[in-house]
Amino acid sequence: MSETLTAPPTKPRSRASQLARAASAGKAAVTLSEHIVEIVSDSGEGAQRCGQSLGAIAAKMGNGVWTVEIIPAEIRPPARSVAGGSGNRIRLGSGRVTNGGNETDLVVAFNEQVLLGRVRTGELKQGCTILLESMWRDSADKKIAAMYVETHDELVKSGYKVIEVPLERECRTVVSDARRGKNMFVLGMLCSIYSFDLQIAREQIAITFGKKDASVIEANVKLLNAGFEWAEKNLEFKYRIPATRASEPQIVIDGNTALALGVLASGMEVCAMYPITPATSVSHYLSAVFEKVGGIVHQAEDEIAACTFAIGASYAGKCAVTVTSGPGYSLKQEGIGLAVMGEIPLVVINVQRGGPSTGQPTKVEQGDLMTSIFGSHGDAPKVVLAPGTIEECFYSVITARKIAETFNMVVVVLSDASLATSQTPFTRPQFSEAWLAPPIDQSEIPPGLKPYDWNEKTGLARRFIPGQPGGMHTLTGLAHDDLSHVAYDPDSNEISIRARSHKLAALQKTLAAPTVFGDQKGDLLVIGWGSTKGAIEEAVTNLRAEGHKVSSLHLTFLQPMAPGIKEIMQRFKKVITIEGNWSDDPNDAIIDESNRRYSAVAMLLRSRYLIDVDCWSEVRGQPIKPNTIQRVLLEKLKQK
Amino acid sequence: MTMHVTECLLRMHDQHFELEDYQGGVPRWCTGCGDNAILAAVQRLCRDEGLRPENTMFVSGIGCSSRFPHYMKTYGFHGIHGRALPVAEGIKMARPDLDVFVNTGDGDCCSIGAAHWIHAIRYNMNMTVMLHDNQIYGLTKKQASPTSPIGTKSNTTPRGSYLEALNPLTVTLGVQNVSFVAQAVDWIPEVLYDIIRKAYQHKGLSFVRIMQRCPEWLPNMFEPWMADPMRTLLLTHERGVTLSPNMAKVYKNTEQHDPLNLNRAREVADLHDPIPVGILYQNPDVPCYEELRNAGQQRSTRYIKSGLEAEFDKFTIWPQGAEGKARPSA
Repeated sequence: MSETLTAPPTKPRSRASQLARAASAGKAAVTLSEHIVEIVSDSGEGAQRCGQSLGAIAAKMGNGVWTVEIIPAEIRPPARSVAGGSGNRIRLGSGRVTNGGNETDLVVAFNEQVLLGRVRTGELKQGCTILLESMWRDSADKKIAAMYVETHDELVKSGYKVIEVPLERECRTVVSDARRGKNMFVLGMLCSIYSFDLQIAREQIAITFGKKDASVIEANVKLLNAGFEWAEKNLEFKYRIPATRASEPQIVIDGNTALALGVLASGMEVCAMYPITPATSVSHYLSAVFEKVGGIVHQAEDEIAACTFAIGASYAGKCAVTVTSGPGYSLKQEGIGLAVMGEIPLVVINVQRGGPSTGQPTKVEQGDLMTSIFGSHGDAPKVVLAPGTIEECFYSVITARKIAETFNMVVVVLSDASLATSQTPFTRPQFSEAWLAPPIDQSEIPPGLKPYDWNEKTGLARRFIPGQPGGMHTLTGLAHDDLSHVAYDPDSNEISIRARSHKLAALQKTLAAPTVFGDQKGDLLVIGWGSTKGAIEEAVTNLRAEGHKVSSLHLTFLQPMAPGIKEIMQRFKKVITIEGNWSDDPNDAIIDESNRRYSAVAMLLRSRYLIDVDCWSEVRGQPIKPNTIQRVLLEKLKQK
Repeated sequence: MTMHVTECLLRMHDQHFELEDYQGGVPRWCTGCGDNAILAAVQRLCRDEGLRPENTMFVSGIGCSSRFPHYMKTYGFHGIHGRALPVAEGIKMARPDLDVFVNTGDGDCCSIGAAHWIHAIRYNMNMTVMLHDNQIYGLTKKQASPTSPIGTKSNTTPRGSYLEALNPLTVTLGVQNVSFVAQAVDWIPEVLYDIIRKAYQHKGLSFVRIMQRCPEWLPNMFEPWMADPMRTLLLTHERGVTLSPNMAKVYKNTEQHDPLNLNRAREVADLHDPIPVGILYQNPDVPCYEELRNAGQQRSTRYIKSGLEAEFDKFTIWPQGAEGKARPSA
């Protein structure tokens, strides 16, 4: 047994834990460096909660962990449906885990239909272990029983190691409503399988059900113990993934929570939003906690109102934020243009989903980069940055607020559905006063200063805030001169557009060149942005271990782009981008160089740096897997 | 709520303001445009109430009426079509210390911004909303608006508009949380001033529909009402508008109407001829959204830090052995 299973001496071990320890003593645990496990059920059966709890327990054990939610598009899809599977996928590792990884090694399925959904989307490793609820075999409904047997036999024939588990029957020995308790029974099983500390698991249950009655916690702990003991007695395998506990405190959150904490930490006071998947949980969390630090979440009547409310709040003093996803982002475009024109600081968080139109609300895509940079009519320069990790989700909001207020600009933070719901530990941030916004300036405006006293070189101007004596003027979305007077003359129009444009250049001058992952030169450079960071770097690491001269570059700033990118690209023989948005496959019959549509960042890099950047992209609604990237890069390396 | 330090200091230097302190340039409205009368009434109000120009905010959308802020020497926000109300709400939420006015037109408020209008009534934030209703799109050169009477000939309805006009008064009075609804006409400036002043003094969202002449596109629209004082029904009440002796001589068609009477207000709102003028409804007890949300709280770095650290604590995994030891914020 590992040392991590030894509880601190102050905490006496419970009887169940001792029993479990005794039972497991006879079974040797196979040591693994990593493993991917998933739990799928019908919606509402609690597989997600089970997965999240397992992730938290693993993180507390000191394991690297990355969880990915399996979300059906509907709230209550029909029971036992192939497309209705709901759950969680947890990649466990010895060291740090930066992405969801490749195919699944072990599945727990509450029925064979949701399992089938996972098999069909290619998410399971060929021949992986499946723990399948067996109650359907004896279903009174002959059709269901037949479906179960058919699927079961087919999977066995295809080489999967299917182990039937009487989940419901076992749970019924502990609680009366077994359907609702299975998830904690499964959690217990998985704690046994992965040699996790049951005491940590019990503490996790207390946290998970903390708001509920003590009897609820008690019942769930009973189920956990029962699941643990069942697995110890009945399963022939057991794993151990050695943990390396971090020496510094870690926090375990998903990307949306990280964004919300970033809002708190940035000193912003107003968040205006309208509910939209997959961005809403940012506001859920913020609604629960923002008021504790004097902030307000305003749920507006629509996306346009959310954007313009935030603009009003920003204009009146401090930068505000609006949070949305694709369709909402489209609706905000006119408002964003107003903020650009009036030079009102504004942070817009776009948690991207599949598009266009309503698209795939719960699925990941990186399709909004171009609309973020070029959206809104006319020349509307704005800053676009994209966090590549959950930790960066937190810091990106603080950075965004700072830039917005320093440059009086709109800053778009592009997250996506993958970062939104994935969880992984990262170093607990150390609070810094520099994160916060300064108090609202109410000092008198010196005589002679104009509301848009654009600096000739940088385009920057001091912002006037209502309440400041001597600063009275009318902000307008119409073309205006430096006095904010409506002006249609040719000079005023050019001067003001130049000023707004130069602010991007001024910001660009302050950015550092991005860091190359791997060697500074080589055969192939991979460029990515956003949530693909972990998967790209893992693929690059594996290829480098095989001797390939591959490096990668991850762009945080998409607009403006940091200096030095061209020089980096020039040190590699080939450059390719990996993105989760559409690009035409040059091998398709109708596609040639004159009509091929490149993916977003590839297009930007090609036009800016005049370098023949190739691209590979995928719009399958799933995070791109490291082994997929590896395959693509190998092909690119082989290409003449 | 505690007062800003700066606010206290400013109050010590109570200043006196003249009309010129609010006049921000020569209006570019057409001669005879009703907007001029509204501007004059508002500037007078600012002077009489002694509003500090730097603490006064005029917010507008797009249209002839929405040029309004440019002609005030206060802070102004001339935004985008239909969105004056959400902008004003954001301002008020961030800065409840500011006096906020909204100038919007019948297209801006009742058409493209209709959703915001309904919800603004429901939020009931403390601001004064003036609906400049000339019953036509002016800036885009004569198209029918939602408040154009049926049969109005315009460039998009050359054979006359097809639908009955939308009635902004009945709509507003039908929304939950409505707290102040009045109607004024630009051609009776004395009553217009009285109504805007009452609207300003009301705590909550005051909605004032102002019948406003457009000499360019609908020159004769209000002629019959202007010519015959009996076709104006003046609503008078000690809690509403009271007529001066001179006005009482001219406008003899009056009704004693208690602004607390919502049912009668709804009946009056439905009158088209005579036009009702006065305060239809006022309920001082409807809560304001910004107060429900505790807007304008003062925050300190320590306050934010402790809140944030408490949130971090919820998600933190401490290194082994750190349990029981001094955690940064436990």
